[in-house]
Amino acid sequence: MDQDLKTELSKHGIFATSFEELYNWGRKNSVWPLTFGLACCAIEMIATTMARYDLARFGAEVFRPSPRQADLMIVSGTVTKKMAPQVVRLYNQMPEPKYVIAMGACAISGGPFRDGYNVLKGIDRFIPVDVHIPGCPPRPEALIHAFMALQDKISAQHLTGESRPRHLKQELPSEFPVPEFGEHGLEPAQNDEIFHNPLKVLQG
Amino acid sequence: MTLEEIRGRLQGDIPGCQAELVVNGSPSAQNSLLIDRQHGLEAARLLRDRLHLDFCSNVTAVDWPDQDKTEKIKTKQTVDGVEKEVEETRKTKIPGYLEVVYHLFSMTNKEGPVIVRMRTANRTDDVTLPSLTPVWRSAEFQEREAFDLYGVVFEGHPDLRRILMWEGFTDHPMRKDYVPPPDDDLEILRER
Repeated sequence: MDQDLKTELSKHGIFATSFEELYNWGRKNSVWPLTFGLACCAIEMIATTMARYDLARFGAEVFRPSPRQADLMIVSGTVTKKMAPQVVRLYNQMPEPKYVIAMGACAISGGPFRDGYNVLKGIDRFIPVDVHIPGCPPRPEALIHAFMALQDKISAQHLTGESRPRHLKQELPSEFPVPEFGEHGLEPAQNDEIFHNPLKVLQG
Repeated sequence: MTLEEIRGRLQGDIPGCQAELVVNGSPSAQNSLLIDRQHGLEAARLLRDRLHLDFCSNVTAVDWPDQDKTEKIKTKQTVDGVEKEVEETRKTKIPGYLEVVYHLFSMTNKEGPVIVRMRTANRTDDVTLPSLTPVWRSAEFQEREAFDLYGVVFEGHPDLRRILMWEGFTDHPMRKDYVPPPDDDLEILRER
């Protein structure tokens, strides 16, 4: 429907919408995160949910303690190699549609611990990340901004056509392989189907 | 009780026990005692029962890799009947070892820390040390950590498994010669 016509109609008290818009509006305002924290970023995430920053304004106040009831995984903190399989397993247990925010320097790249023997160099090596937030740790405002960016992403999703999201494409996987503990590190070290090294992409 | 006194007690009461004073030259001057590993357990019992060092607060390890030491030594040699002073460079290889450090306190006498060290024979095949967990229970997890990250094998430890890294991991990441698994983007950065 034409946007001008919609505004014209709304001036006369008639509200016109499409099923897609209504559906996405409902979805984006009830994204329930998983109660799941890994390190100091989790403290910031908790602060974001409390009265001062009040994440509840965006419909995300209900942190679900079970992945089966959650829509959003906020990877808040350092993902160690020992923890990574469990993070992927939790993600696999969440029902579609599901989203991931990688919160903080550690979750997006390994952060200050990148050269450590025990730290995964970014959770996007194993699960698809929708929003990355830099910061160490990011301020609650940054998490809220990431949340709003996710809401924009959800409301822009088309339910039909080629650009429809992953959960509406039958052929695409909703579970991702869980890495195994190897003799020297995780095996495989990354999921090549979803992880595209930015430096490699730059190289061409 | 000074370290010298403790050293005297150890060598006097335990036949054959070698205790050596390791001097720390820094301003903190935290000197320590190096005890030979054959008498480590006996020495620990004596420290706890006779000298009342009843609390082991910290156990950690140090990796000392093989070192090449080059020395210049002046020697007198007779060349063609004339005595000359010849400078010679002598290379000595100091074999590496693993060292375990215990920080002991006395709750009864309110003193400490007394720092005790033990060294393995090398850092490859003979890396055993006596476990002091039977003496100080608090050493259990920290000895497991030293086993995990440095590869020191504690004989007599009740439950010697890896504690931080997973079972099946074969490296000892805190050793100086540890090489982490290759990282593809670091290689790309090096190529640039």
